[in-house]
Amino acid sequence: MSRFRVSLHIVPRRGLLDPQGKAVADALHTLGFKSVGDVHVGRHLVLEITAATASDAEKDVRAMCERLLANPVTEDFEIAAVSTA
Amino acid sequence: MKFGIVTFPGSNCDHDAYHAIVDVLHEQAVYLWHKDHDLAGADVVILPGGFSYGDYLRPGAIARFSPIMTEVVAHAKRGGPVLGICNGFQIACEAGLLPGALLRNASLKFVSQPVRLRVENADTMFTNRYRTGQILTMPVAHGDGRYTADDSTLDRLEGDGHVVLRYAGEGDTLGWSPNGAMRGIAGIVSAEGNVLGLMPHPERAMSAMIGSVDGIGMFESMLARVAA
Repeated sequence: MSRFRVSLHIVPRRGLLDPQGKAVADALHTLGFKSVGDVHVGRHLVLEITAATASDAEKDVRAMCERLLANPVTEDFEIAAVSTA
Repeated sequence: MKFGIVTFPGSNCDHDAYHAIVDVLHEQAVYLWHKDHDLAGADVVILPGGFSYGDYLRPGAIARFSPIMTEVVAHAKRGGPVLGICNGFQIACEAGLLPGALLRNASLKFVSQPVRLRVENADTMFTNRYRTGQILTMPVAHGDGRYTADDSTLDRLEGDGHVVLRYAGEGDTLGWSPNGAMRGIAGIVSAEGNVLGLMPHPERAMSAMIGSVDGIGMFESMLARVAA
């Protein structure tokens, strides 16, 4: 077994009103960053877990997202990176 | 009739619920600690308002894994009444007792004010003392009350009469809400009709002295139906 560090993003599902993202986009526009389109504010999590392989680690984290870390009704998740811890 | 009021770490409306039941209605109530493994013989479970587990991750996301919730879900599956108020509504959604989710208010502001509500279905165990179409006043106090579900869930809730309360604006018009809730939804019941979740606080609308007695009917409805 090895230790892995898994980082993931959880973001509001596309199409749902994201008032935080909109507020941030508006602030960026006010600052003159006219190139900014939509902004989405979510969460970034880093988990250290023990697993046999990197793909097992990713599979475990995926199950954690489905059961707790992301709300299946309103959020999408994306595993950004798996590395040895 | 005995009400069981669940106290999670961070619950803050448990005492308001207790006051409503014991001091106003003169019925029995017990506090159930989140680590308890039984409902102490409660006929009705109340999941009260507050900020269980500091709203970490998402409101209600951690509370649903408290030991007591296993018993609450089993009680609901047996047809036992569950009333989820505010944070309790969020917990009920996270626990899968009700469909949908409560997201950050569209305004990004915490709202704390009396709101007007229209009773959309008076034929439930929680609303039988009201009339369909009746306008009620109850306070809301939340930062995450924007009811959200996919279109097919919303259509089904409406088609089956499971939308029980909707926010009403000036002149009792629909289409206004304090939080951007989809279709102005303030409260829904489960498919079996025994779980009600709502963002407004009926337990804080029990006395004319503090603004409204419109919450009394919700508790009397449960007494009429459950005791029968």
